[in-house]
Amino acid sequence: MRRVISILLLIIVALGIRLSLTKIPFGTPKTKVGRYYIEEGIEETGAVNIVTSVVVSYRGFDTLGEVTILFIAAIGLGAVLSTVGEKTVREIEPASLVLYTGCRLLFPLILIFGTYIFIHGHLTPGGGFQGGAIIASGFLLIYLGCRERRISRVASNLAESLGGLAFVVIGLLGLVFGGYFLLNFLPKGTANTLFSAGIIPIIYIAIGFKVGSELAGIIDNLIEES
Amino acid sequence: MIFVVSFLVVLMLVGAVAASIFRDLISAVIAAALVSLIASILFYFLQAPDVAMAEAAIGAALTAAIFIIAIRRTKRYEE
Amino acid sequence: MSFLNNYIYYIGAFGLILIGLYIILVKHNLIKVIIGLGILDTGVNLFLISVGYITKGTAPIFSKPGIDSERMVDPVPQALVLTAIVIGVAVLALALSLAIRLYQHYRTLNLRKIREQRW
Repeated sequence: MRRVISILLLIIVALGIRLSLTKIPFGTPKTKVGRYYIEEGIEETGAVNIVTSVVVSYRGFDTLGEVTILFIAAIGLGAVLSTVGEKTVREIEPASLVLYTGCRLLFPLILIFGTYIFIHGHLTPGGGFQGGAIIASGFLLIYLGCRERRISRVASNLAESLGGLAFVVIGLLGLVFGGYFLLNFLPKGTANTLFSAGIIPIIYIAIGFKVGSELAGIIDNLIEES
Repeated sequence: MIFVVSFLVVLMLVGAVAASIFRDLISAVIAAALVSLIASILFYFLQAPDVAMAEAAIGAALTAAIFIIAIRRTKRYEE
Repeated sequence: MSFLNNYIYYIGAFGLILIGLYIILVKHNLIKVIIGLGILDTGVNLFLISVGYITKGTAPIFSKPGIDSERMVDPVPQALVLTAIVIGVAVLALALSLAIRLYQHYRTLNLRKIREQRW
């Protein structure tokens, strides 16, 4: 009975989507805001990557909201999983020699690669979120390869809090120097060089640290008493 | 060109159906990671390199990792 | 053939949304429902990016100073989807932590048995 009702519901949803999808043609320009951002993007913000200038400068307040949601999810996960009563100590068998050596060799290279991606966020495709996810994958490799190491809780919490605090403080400095929150108050420089685009690289470095240490903290909380 | 994209879309839909049919939960998670990976390739064909990089790093790697850690702490087979 | 050329991305995104909804509505196991939520998320993101595509367009990055900016694709849906992917993984992590806690209390993950045990 439940299966019949759910298949009926899916057919109704499918018909509704099908009737409205024919009104959306594929491959024609649809809005005018995109053209404005592409044409005025380099002069107003100085970043060569237009998606970066939209995420950090034109819609920077939405990025602040999204960093807040990630923070709430990480805190919620830590709070729910910390009220567990049983602590079963399981014997951790060490990994084989090839895996152990390979992980120790690869870990600094993965960290350098992630840092490269979020520092050059305004020049090439990339940015804070992608670089932070790659850094968290490096920490996951440590948990799988060298199994008795753990990240220190103090350093991870410190990196996460400093990242979030840096974002809000830069926004408030924009309020002090200009007229509104998240104003781009540093000089814009010449496009296509590393030290250009005002506060955009600084915000992306803060976001990269925050997202990387947050995702690594989520994995650490899940693995903890396993 | 259109045949490559059609083949990838068909493979993605087959992977999604397989994720709903398998009874071993770890196999279902790997099918969902395959869906994420092919979606990342399709994002590249739609001229969006930032989104392709984010989907490959977050959807295909970290999501599968936290699912497998959570399955290890609960049951493995659906009953 | 030209119908397929125009709408193949819409069919892919549409199919993923329907399969994700089917898994959420019909399956009993809690972790399989969360897998369905993840597939639904991927389908919606694919649909948003394929709405912003312009035929024979290029990526919105000025890698050399004099690139023609007439046929660049829309950058606004890409910024939205970048945020949506990260929020999707945060929601999945929180849902899995609640599933682990539920397993430790009821010793089963079958939604029918949990609903019966409450009464």
